[in-house]
Amino acid sequence: MEKTTLFDKIWDSHVVKSVPAGPDVFFIDKHFIHEVTSPVAFLNLETRGIGVKYPHRTIATPDHNVPTVDQDQTIKDKLSRMQVEKLRENCKKYGIELHDLGTAHHGIVHVIGPELGVTQPGMTIVCGDSHTSTHGAFGAIAFGIGTSEVEMVLATQCIMQSKPKKMRISVDGELGKGVTSKDIILYIISKISAAGATGYFVEYAGSAIQNLSMEARMTICNMSIEMGARGGLIAPDETTFNYLEGKQYAPQGEEWDKAVAYWKTLKTDEGATFDKEYNFDAADIEPMITYGTNPGMGIKVVGNIPSTEGMEGSNKTSYLKSLNYMGFEPGEPVKGKQVDYVFVGSCTNGRIEDIRAVAEFVKGHKKADNITAWIVPGSREVEKQAHEEGLVKILEEAGFELRQPGCSACLAMNDDKIPSGKYAVSTSNRNFEGRQGPGARTMLASPLTVAAVAVTGKITDPREVFEN
Amino acid sequence: MAYDKFTVLTSTAVPLPTENVDTDQIIPARFLKATERAGFGDNLFRDWRYDVEGNPKKDFVLNDPTYSGKILVAGKNFGSGSSREHAVWAIYDYGFRCVVSSFFADIFKNNCLNIGVLPVTVSPEFADKLLAAIEAEPSTEIEVNLPEQKITLLSTGEFESFDINEYKKSNMQNGFDDIDYLLNMSTEIDAFAADR
Repeated sequence: MEKTTLFDKIWDSHVVKSVPAGPDVFFIDKHFIHEVTSPVAFLNLETRGIGVKYPHRTIATPDHNVPTVDQDQTIKDKLSRMQVEKLRENCKKYGIELHDLGTAHHGIVHVIGPELGVTQPGMTIVCGDSHTSTHGAFGAIAFGIGTSEVEMVLATQCIMQSKPKKMRISVDGELGKGVTSKDIILYIISKISAAGATGYFVEYAGSAIQNLSMEARMTICNMSIEMGARGGLIAPDETTFNYLEGKQYAPQGEEWDKAVAYWKTLKTDEGATFDKEYNFDAADIEPMITYGTNPGMGIKVVGNIPSTEGMEGSNKTSYLKSLNYMGFEPGEPVKGKQVDYVFVGSCTNGRIEDIRAVAEFVKGHKKADNITAWIVPGSREVEKQAHEEGLVKILEEAGFELRQPGCSACLAMNDDKIPSGKYAVSTSNRNFEGRQGPGARTMLASPLTVAAVAVTGKITDPREVFEN
Repeated sequence: MAYDKFTVLTSTAVPLPTENVDTDQIIPARFLKATERAGFGDNLFRDWRYDVEGNPKKDFVLNDPTYSGKILVAGKNFGSGSSREHAVWAIYDYGFRCVVSSFFADIFKNNCLNIGVLPVTVSPEFADKLLAAIEAEPSTEIEVNLPEQKITLLSTGEFESFDINEYKKSNMQNGFDDIDYLLNMSTEIDAFAADR
């Protein structure tokens, strides 16, 4: 029998038809929508005079532009309010399940999908958001799409896609103290570059990946897009099944047993081939931070910004433009640089485990005076748990400001903006120019590094601040 | 939605050699709050094009009257990051119909093809040649011939072939989109969905 990869198994079983010399007609099991990339898709459906084919396969939540304060009140920003109202209207009109602001399961779409158990192994999942790759942590093919494709899924439950090439990234061995899954993915992207996996779908494998919790796996898959990959996935195992068991939308009883039996078949056959393979040693990975304006520009926190040696032409010009934006010089260390803001949140690191990690580390400490510290839970459920576990109290005592769930300062569509020229160390996923507000300077790092920065007020290796 | 058919485009071009231009630069998130597809061209490259007071920045290429045209010749890894189709809407709305680069981000490229902007991938050497020719002589014309899958620098006659799959090529030439195709498959899709 032909040896196939996990990716092949899921992809091939979702092809309705292969167009000769063209893409595959690819069936989508679950579709997530939010207020920003869906309104034009719905509008186009109306223009065409067609409806939503399978409303029960789509789930909606407003997350990108929503305020993170006073969510029980009318949204003040007119355009944001109109987008959220449009989402409500469209969900009502077409019978789509909506997790609205203030309801028990409201939150960032990529946080609530797994929390509700909607995300399951073997599925194909899309959303008009590039971080849909997050759901790959469950052994699903999940990726971001444009609004035209959102319209296609609403209208036909299919999109036209050419099958990407396959890449496997293996990380084996034990992670060092203070090193998290965020450091793993920032390390990988720094090695293969922000475009190194363009055209590929990635499978993450190896003992260091298998040893991670579901939350930590989601952080890795989430940032697959930051190296250009359409998505990334991890074979489901006992960790996956334990996470899903009992979740609202997970199969129950006999159905559960049947599902698990199927999910156990979802792995890459021994001897299956990939178009490209990378192998990394977990012991080489240290706490990481970015210094530039794409996620591939990462170094260890105790490292120096690369010099321009060997660079020329537009490569060098682009590199210097990036450092100029950040206010950094080639060759200098980042450690010790003064910081103004820290942000804990986003679909990358806004889950309960991330908030727990920060709370454990800052317990008994105070944030530095020069730091504004925002903590934005990924969902209402995370927020609730953080209260119940006493984490909110610890964080507030340390001087963190807890806000309500949403994408918040990750992309600064709402009022949560980092002022121009200020430095933010952020647990989010993108350090692009202006991403966290016009002129904002973002450095991406793990929740632990962010905790260390919050306490010291400057770029700090978490291993130097906290014992154990 | 339907768009203008694309066959042969002959135009001057705008050079933007910066590498790794992400879709947050093409259109910042704060301009994604529309519920209709209109007016995105005004905010194309907003923060590179205008200062905080809204005054045009003289050193940005879109504010330089020397350069104009329907073709954008861009640096390597163009369109990375967010899947926002608004980035391509902004490019289309501004008046570009074709983007040329030696390397495109995946989702961006798909989005282009879905709304009728032709992404043309050329070799890094040919991209450099185009950029140098435009910068030396802004009136230089480029011909993008979709039926022949050929891009030509008209001043010298130098050309390169480019790839596009037959299905997408035919869509672009006829102004069709994928939904037209998928809606015709309704019965097959229903049969497929019944088992899932």
